[in-house]
Amino acid sequence: MAEPSGELRVEGVSKRFGDVLALDRVSLDIARGELLTILGPSGSGKTTLLKIVAGFERPDGGAVKVDGADITSLPPARRDIGMVFQNYALFPHLTVSGNVAFPLEMRGVPKAEIDRRVGEALAMVELAGYGQRLPKQLSGGQQQRVALARAIVFNPRLLLLDEPFGALDRKLRETMQLEVRRLQRRLGLTTIFITHDQEEALVLSDRIAVMNRGAIQQIASTTEIYERPANDFVADFVGESNIFHGTLTEPGYVSLEGGRRVQINSGPMAVGRRLGVLMRPERFVGGANTFVGEVREAVYLGSSFKLRLACNDGLELVVRQPARGKLPEAGERVTVAIDPDAIHVF
Amino acid sequence: MSSSRSAWPALPALILLFCFFLFPVARMLGFSVEGGSLDWYAKALGEGLYLRVFWNTFEVALCVTAICLILGYPLGFLIATTTPFWATVGFIFVLLPLWTSVLVRTYAWMVLLGRNGVFNRLLVDGGVIADPIPMLNNFTGVLIGMVHVLLPYMVLPVYGAVRRLDPAIVSAAEGLGASGFNVFRRIYLPLTLNGILAGSIIVFVLSLGFFITPALLGGGKVMMIAVLIEQQVHETLNWPFAAALSAVLLAVTLAIYSASQRFTRSELQQP
Repeated sequence: MAEPSGELRVEGVSKRFGDVLALDRVSLDIARGELLTILGPSGSGKTTLLKIVAGFERPDGGAVKVDGADITSLPPARRDIGMVFQNYALFPHLTVSGNVAFPLEMRGVPKAEIDRRVGEALAMVELAGYGQRLPKQLSGGQQQRVALARAIVFNPRLLLLDEPFGALDRKLRETMQLEVRRLQRRLGLTTIFITHDQEEALVLSDRIAVMNRGAIQQIASTTEIYERPANDFVADFVGESNIFHGTLTEPGYVSLEGGRRVQINSGPMAVGRRLGVLMRPERFVGGANTFVGEVREAVYLGSSFKLRLACNDGLELVVRQPARGKLPEAGERVTVAIDPDAIHVF
Repeated sequence: MSSSRSAWPALPALILLFCFFLFPVARMLGFSVEGGSLDWYAKALGEGLYLRVFWNTFEVALCVTAICLILGYPLGFLIATTTPFWATVGFIFVLLPLWTSVLVRTYAWMVLLGRNGVFNRLLVDGGVIADPIPMLNNFTGVLIGMVHVLLPYMVLPVYGAVRRLDPAIVSAAEGLGASGFNVFRRIYLPLTLNGILAGSIIVFVLSLGFFITPALLGGGKVMMIAVLIEQQVHETLNWPFAAALSAVLLAVTLAIYSASQRFTRSELQQP
């Protein structure tokens, strides 16, 4: 595999469908060889953004650049971008080899070289020997590998993955995720991955861009997104969360709506500021803030218990505790505590 | 017959089919072998004159099918891929002829195509040509009339085939570097071949048995098999020979139909 893949820059891209603003001045940068996940619920604009990068939609404003060259008005066929579609979009009338050879044939690569590169690509996705089969004779996971081989065989400058794991069962999905990640790293492919599954996003990405209502809410590393979300939406969408709002009454103390005072690590924030307060369920492992609550719901999850607590001061908390001993029953009173450093404020 | 599903509700239709379709066809076949001889078949298939008529019929049917394909494929394709508004407009224009009587349309063509018809008047008066082009009572007239009647039968299967194609497949081809021409040649064409075949067979088979249009627009100069059969029935009153000709036409039609069934059911079928 020869040329390195490119770096992508999206500059202030907007797109309107009738009355709906699908993308509102979206900007992002992806470094060479990086895997960026665009995470968002359906209707957040993530698919529209992907289509604009691939060239299937024209933005109303803004620009898409690869290695500094503006490709905004280039047709998809001339962008050199490999894409794996949601339902794979394999050509049903062509064999596996025919599918993988297609982009090379379109580029006028000599026959002998096509055969060699198709063989290499199929070996890379562990489908050597499947060349003569038709797509409908393959399982979902195998079809996905063909789609992947077809998308990388021509050394694209970018790889786009549009929710490619949605149709696979859980076990296969995890295998494919790791495989795609391994391949992407090995080939150093600049990759955009689209998903609405936050768990998948955490597993795969270098960085995550969380989208909602046509705008990027936060772009950051996976840990940053999970530990230090920028707003309610990100905190709520990524992982399980207890989100409250309050006011910083004195340095280190926030007074939540409903009156409960919580000790936090506020840093240099100004007193009187309105704050969002995030407590992840698994962080209740002891600390200065103690909550006493009545169990409303208790679920056994194998490695942990998930409890929904109604606390004295009107707060409702979801907490996870290591599964030890007996699962608490509804109505039981439980005490949990969290350290100020484990609470994220935004 | 499976025990769970009763055949009784279909009985009226079955009786109707038997009385007004199977029985008459059997009677007709009976006529053709009257007296236990195959002489009429020998005449139909042995004499140059009648073979010429069969050949003529195939020639017209092939031409009509080819023209319908050339006109109908792009039209069906366009209707299938355009915006809903233009698709509706296209459908109205394609289907309108289907809702009008063939006889009415054929007479309309006579008015348009005649020596002093609308087209020739416009061309001559406009100074485009000096003498009227003969467009009626000849091969051209028959082709124009038949293509007009049969075009929807080509457009609709093509439309269906294009609509069934997953748009993501086309996007994938574009994204992988295929030019517009290659998208058509490598993706659309092979994946809509079923529609092309279906449309061609319908048009071809319907052409073989066409009567009103060749009879009126051909002016007796374009002899097709159905016109010949009608002559045998009405003018020479040779019913056994008419029956033999009909049987041959029926056999040819069935043969084409079954061949096409086998073909479309093979590898070419989309998943």
